[in-house]
Amino acid sequence: MSGVRAGYVRPLDIRHGRVDLSHGAGGRAMAQLVEQLFAAAFANEWLAQRNDQALLPRPEGRIVMSTDCHVVSPLFFPGGDIGCLSVHGTINDVAMSGARPLWLAAGFILEEGFPLADLQRIVDSMARAARDAGVPIVTGDTKVVEAGKGDGVFITTTGVGVVPPGLEISGDRARPGDRIVVSGTIGDHGMAVMSERESLAFGTDLVSDTAALHGLVAAMVEAVPTLRALRDPTRGGLATTLNEIASQSGAGMTIDEAAIPVERQVEAACEFLGLDPLYVANEGKLVAIVPAADVDRLLEVMRAHPLGRRAALIGEVTEDAHHFVQMRTRFGGKRIVDWLAGDQLPRIC
Amino acid sequence: MKYIDEFRDGDLALGIAAAIAAEADPARTYHLMEFCGGHTHAISRYGVTDLLPPAVRMVHGPGCPVCVLPIGRIDLAIRLALDKQAIVATYGDCLRVPASDNLSLLKAKARGGDVRMVYSPADALKIAAAHSEREVVFLAIGFETTTPPTALVIREAARTGATNFSVLCNHVLTPAAITNILESPEVRRLGTLALDGFIGPAHVSTVIGSRPYEFFAEEYAKPVVIAGFEPLDVMQAILMLVRQINDGRAEVENEFTRAVTRDGNLKAQALVSDVFELRRSFEWRGLGMVPYSALRIREAYGVFDAERRFGLETRSVADNKACECGAILRGVKHPRDCKVFGTVCTPENPIGSCMVSSEGACAAYYSYGRFREIPVVPAGAAA
Amino acid sequence: MCLAIPVRVAELRDDDTAIVDLDGIRKEISLALVDDVRVGDYVILHVGYALARLDADEAERTLALFAAAAREAA
Repeated sequence: MSGVRAGYVRPLDIRHGRVDLSHGAGGRAMAQLVEQLFAAAFANEWLAQRNDQALLPRPEGRIVMSTDCHVVSPLFFPGGDIGCLSVHGTINDVAMSGARPLWLAAGFILEEGFPLADLQRIVDSMARAARDAGVPIVTGDTKVVEAGKGDGVFITTTGVGVVPPGLEISGDRARPGDRIVVSGTIGDHGMAVMSERESLAFGTDLVSDTAALHGLVAAMVEAVPTLRALRDPTRGGLATTLNEIASQSGAGMTIDEAAIPVERQVEAACEFLGLDPLYVANEGKLVAIVPAADVDRLLEVMRAHPLGRRAALIGEVTEDAHHFVQMRTRFGGKRIVDWLAGDQLPRIC
Repeated sequence: MKYIDEFRDGDLALGIAAAIAAEADPARTYHLMEFCGGHTHAISRYGVTDLLPPAVRMVHGPGCPVCVLPIGRIDLAIRLALDKQAIVATYGDCLRVPASDNLSLLKAKARGGDVRMVYSPADALKIAAAHSEREVVFLAIGFETTTPPTALVIREAARTGATNFSVLCNHVLTPAAITNILESPEVRRLGTLALDGFIGPAHVSTVIGSRPYEFFAEEYAKPVVIAGFEPLDVMQAILMLVRQINDGRAEVENEFTRAVTRDGNLKAQALVSDVFELRRSFEWRGLGMVPYSALRIREAYGVFDAERRFGLETRSVADNKACECGAILRGVKHPRDCKVFGTVCTPENPIGSCMVSSEGACAAYYSYGRFREIPVVPAGAAA
Repeated sequence: MCLAIPVRVAELRDDDTAIVDLDGIRKEISLALVDDVRVGDYVILHVGYALARLDADEAERTLALFAAAAREAA
């Protein structure tokens, strides 16, 4: 009797194994990676079918779709990692239309040599984020590139959702007189990530604020269906988001520096590096534009939600043909909050 | 943040503003130059101009080491990265400065140059220790504040025998720049640049002390008030200058007493003297050749001098003809006087150095203050 | 032109270095340019080096000057 066991496949060596080119070649190694790592973690009825696509029921309402590419470095940072970031990011983009996110797709580009242990960590984090958010990852793909041609892993997520009837939420709907609200402290994510960067590293308790905001959005749109616009201030920070909305809507804005919530450690870290918190990335915050009559109700609802405890009214939309975002400084003077020119870089001068 | 927030207090600001308004004679103008780019940045970022009476006019000076760094010197650093495969370590400020051939250090990085941003010169030395097989060059810039750290790192390199480490030294001197302005034709002869007083740099002065400015106050009869870095410091210094001018005094006063003494940091000064010596002259972007205004590494530490090690020769590169940075750095023109300001020349696409550095007069004005000059027209209103 | 901030010395280390703190942000810096620094002192920090010790009495005096100017004008 032969000693070969029928159907034996050597399990993936998660602890010491690394991604190699065969994992992306479409053969048995790839199938094993998909099954034992990805599908095992994401575990849902669609992935269990093992098709290249997910067959989904037609949802009621207007469909929203969004996609996001994630290249964050370092891959693991205080408070999160590229995995949960990629889930939260796309859920949020879908939710900023007022939509309820339904399904996610995830594409992975893996660099040859990437440790499987790290991949498992990332995938587990994604699975947890998706489960907690109630938004399954129903389909996906993975490819492998040669060593040196990737940064460990790049992830692209796409999300689909539905917008309840009666909502018209869009960046071009801000009108003079509308109020500007932010859901919490700004700059947390960017400074948490920066705290780990070589040479710039500093000791801190700061963690990324990465979070799925669709629950908060659902509460907001239910209580205040007159919401004009929602956006999450990711790269480029609050300043960029406000300028985008102002530009799209053909209006100006005035904000009050003293009203913008910022964690003390974020302020201090920005002082160290010569950065402005207004331009630092956030991954768990949103900006809302709402008619003046409804702002109190909106703030009440937001502050009742765990992700909106520090929601604050920070300014209003104005008439301005130049679409400037102006800020009254804590000091009492005025300045404009301009678009960002390239990345904000730490400075010595 | 202690010693920071208290010096940004809005209520105190209103109080000092009222004092300035009360004491400034509305029948005359007080032209005050804030020499230091950090002060330019603070004035713009906090909107200090809004709190000053029209009689007080701030003139921006050349105290921005990035703004005055000649294109030719950045070209040297780029060439070291691209042609000599050296690791070039630089402060973030220099990365986007446009140089020759449409390049910048950041663009050189995109072309395969190993350009790395550091927070401290000590980190550049660490890179050298970690890559003993590569040449590592630190692009040193800055006024007297930034020079002592470079001196320390060169001494440390000597102590540890870091034979692959060198410094491309562009350290410049404040008093020389002030002299250059006061001796300029516009000030001396033509009288086109009125200058009634100076706000002296904050952190340069912690190193060099207040004594070096006494020469200016006496020789040129202009008051100097050394001001701290925060907006309240700047406003208090403006008040002190207004008082001096009203009284007809020309003294050196120190508003930044919590960090500046008459002697300065003697230990730091001694270190700098040990490692560096004066260059006979040095090109400043916008100001031309300025005598005894810059430092180079002494012979004793010559092995760490990138210019000696790589046999570098600096080429003088002219600025774009439309660029008014030179006049702006000397305080003779305002950014809005420059034809390309805000049109071709913006922070995204800087033509000249004043727009590249966030504390350059043009960048500061563009990013924080240009809305003042543009009348706000309600959308839909008749033009 | 020189971004420098006042930070509190939280811990002294060998080799002329210290851990400084600004509202919970901590960084290791060099004290090689200043003498006689003690835990609890504030120093002016620039590119990873302390340039000077901050004189707490003078800081208070300066703040008092600000308040005085405001009072006189009122």
